[in-house]
Amino acid sequence: MIITLNSTTSSQIAARLVRLREEGGAVALGRVLTLIVSTPPEHVERAVDAANDASREHPCRVLVVSPSADGDGDDGLDAEIRVGGDAGASEVIVLRPRGEARTELDSLVMPLLLPDAPIVTWWPATPPASPSTDQLGAMAQRRITDALECPAPGDVLAGLGEGYRPGDTDLAWARVTLWRGLIAAALDEPPFTPLTAVTVRGNTQHPSLLLLAAWLRQSLGIPVNLEHDDAPAITGVTLHRANGDVVMERPVDSTILRISEPSGVSHRVSLPLRTLSDSLIEDLRRLDPDDVYGKVLTKALPALREATSA
Amino acid sequence: MSNRTISAGNNPLRHSEDRRLPRIAGPSGLVIFGVTGDLARKKLLPAVYDLANRGLLPPGFGLTGFARRDWNAEHFAEITKEAVQKHARTPFRERVWKQLEQGIRFVQGEFDDDDAFDRLAATVAELDAERGTGGNHAFYLSVPPGAFPIVCKQLARSGLSQSEDDAWRRVVIEKPFGHDLRSALELQEVVESVFPGDSVFRIDHYLGKETVQNLLALRFANQMYEPIWNNHYVDHVQITMAEDIGIGSRAGYYDGIGAARDVIQNHLLQLLALTAMEEPVSFEASALRAEKEKVLSAVRLPRNLGKHSARGQYGSGWQGGEKVLGFHDEDGIPPESVTDTYAAIKVDIDTRRWAGVPFYLRTGKRLGRRVTEIAVVFKRAPHLPFALPDTEELGSNALVIRVQPDEGVTVRFGAKVPGTAMEVRDVTMDFGYGHAFTENSPEAYERLILDVLLGDPPLFPHSKEVELSWRVLDPILEYWATHGTPDTYRPGTWGPQSADDMMRRDGRAWRRP
Repeated sequence: MIITLNSTTSSQIAARLVRLREEGGAVALGRVLTLIVSTPPEHVERAVDAANDASREHPCRVLVVSPSADGDGDDGLDAEIRVGGDAGASEVIVLRPRGEARTELDSLVMPLLLPDAPIVTWWPATPPASPSTDQLGAMAQRRITDALECPAPGDVLAGLGEGYRPGDTDLAWARVTLWRGLIAAALDEPPFTPLTAVTVRGNTQHPSLLLLAAWLRQSLGIPVNLEHDDAPAITGVTLHRANGDVVMERPVDSTILRISEPSGVSHRVSLPLRTLSDSLIEDLRRLDPDDVYGKVLTKALPALREATSA
Repeated sequence: MSNRTISAGNNPLRHSEDRRLPRIAGPSGLVIFGVTGDLARKKLLPAVYDLANRGLLPPGFGLTGFARRDWNAEHFAEITKEAVQKHARTPFRERVWKQLEQGIRFVQGEFDDDDAFDRLAATVAELDAERGTGGNHAFYLSVPPGAFPIVCKQLARSGLSQSEDDAWRRVVIEKPFGHDLRSALELQEVVESVFPGDSVFRIDHYLGKETVQNLLALRFANQMYEPIWNNHYVDHVQITMAEDIGIGSRAGYYDGIGAARDVIQNHLLQLLALTAMEEPVSFEASALRAEKEKVLSAVRLPRNLGKHSARGQYGSGWQGGEKVLGFHDEDGIPPESVTDTYAAIKVDIDTRRWAGVPFYLRTGKRLGRRVTEIAVVFKRAPHLPFALPDTEELGSNALVIRVQPDEGVTVRFGAKVPGTAMEVRDVTMDFGYGHAFTENSPEAYERLILDVLLGDPPLFPHSKEVELSWRVLDPILEYWATHGTPDTYRPGTWGPQSADDMMRRDGRAWRRP
């Protein structure tokens, strides 16, 4: 069900939510967090779909703040309340402020926040330079950006690194979790021969590739080479070990990773590209600061940039 | 600077603060005995695929089926594919399937056939060579408990239970772990003579890890429950596991076992232990086990077993719009069978915390609905400053932990009825972790298989707990064997009249879940 409210206010929306609950019990109380989505109008539906998927694991109230483009109409606030089939296991409130109402965005969401529950703010497209000082970011425990959706992801990551505060994360980091798991698993098994270097192949502009390479370089303390090829994401990682190379390859358009051991044995494992929903679900699982990400973003990534440009 | 050398205990890529990094099992193989059974087709095989699909299976994984059926590897792969397409939780992807299929093997044979086990040993060795499973293998005994000893002996004889160097061999056995104390000890001896204690994974598929962890979180992560979690405030505890289905095609397994052995011995007593135990000093396997063992060893049965236990068998009739067979009409159940399909018992716990607080356990088939829950029922307030009629509708406060379905917590308390009159009645407050909580969270079997491959046993019951549970149940089973027969109850109801009478004698009543 979608309820459209034109020229309204946040407190009217909140009152309408209470009334909805009284009438049909449509709006449940058992929410674990409020997810604020700050996005331009063209990304609203994509973001709502992913948030709805995520709400099945993390029941939440979703507040989408989507200011209209410049000079669009007169001052005021339009809103939509989506519940039931249109909102997954959540309730979605889309706020579309116009004109002057586009200022003081935090006051717009304040009456609609769930009492006591943690707040997560997510920018599905271009994030502010410093998420933690943004009006919508400052009120949140967790601030999620998505460098992949930006025109120059590498620069965006560098900017995020400068403005980093504990509690920031980027979905590019969640997208690389399975890769990290597989590489770590390779080092869990004997023989425990030392690594001399690592090569990471793929689109070297991809933020996930940069984070992966930086993380490997920092954790292992060995040189990491980047090899560019025209692929949408990461296509391979080679671990150069004293007893030969462990080659991990995932060709473009494949969901299978092939791992070749120095002994000549090769394995295949499933490694599909992670969807936006999967990444968001993973990020919402823990709301405390991700310190490992913080170190990779602020220390390892600048060091990698320096090393590879030199 | 952290230690960057790579060794058996140190992986520089793993940090305790890196909570995202998944643990992926090392190269290994899974051998399933009784692969033609219901459980294998509906749960195990789909779970293996789901793990593969989620990228959590080791690179280099082998799946070997062992059964009497005259199949070859292709047949088995086909059956597995069907099972996966029908029962897997994640979408079917041809490519994932293809790579899983390459590691599928099948060995045909009887359990007493030495030849078959030698072929199995050869197949496993072949997987090590071709798929790089590295000599690590888990044996899943999805077979009737009667067959455990012979399979274990065969695994020992054919050398399959022994591994070289760092490689591991593990065995998974499912409840019931014996049918009384004596048989449980025998079984234990057989299994543990072949596999070391740490390599034996006892699985109670009713009791997922998620449930156990939920319970531990509720009890020990909160401040507000602990002060009232004792005999000062708790009147009694009811632990229920009800199924709305009958025994179906499981007559061969069920007859002679019955509800008490099937469910109370492991599942309900485990839930009791988790509800009643003291706080473990840590969540290490050994610490958790120590507390469970302590509380299980303090469980005491009532002196008069006849008055404080009840059992029944479901009759035939209409249940929820469906005509259902009575227990005695089910295929394969002899007319003289005295197997209980419903069982209820009362136990006390002799500790300072629980003295005087009875725990009532009940389970049955063809009951009102499918539900598993723990209801902690509190004493009434010592003084009610209201006129008597005002609180007539007020019952006892209760905290109900819903284990499944619809995991969550319900609190029942009194509230004023809106209006000018002062009137207090029971209301409930509910928390459920999302409607489809299980949708994206790993299903019990996936977690279980993963734990076995990772060698992560903390929440699996240890042999000592199994032994203690049988010590609780044995006297009741003996009493039942010599006193009377089960009462009949209508299908779709909450058990026989004798179960209600048993509660009435104590001045209490069963909760309707």
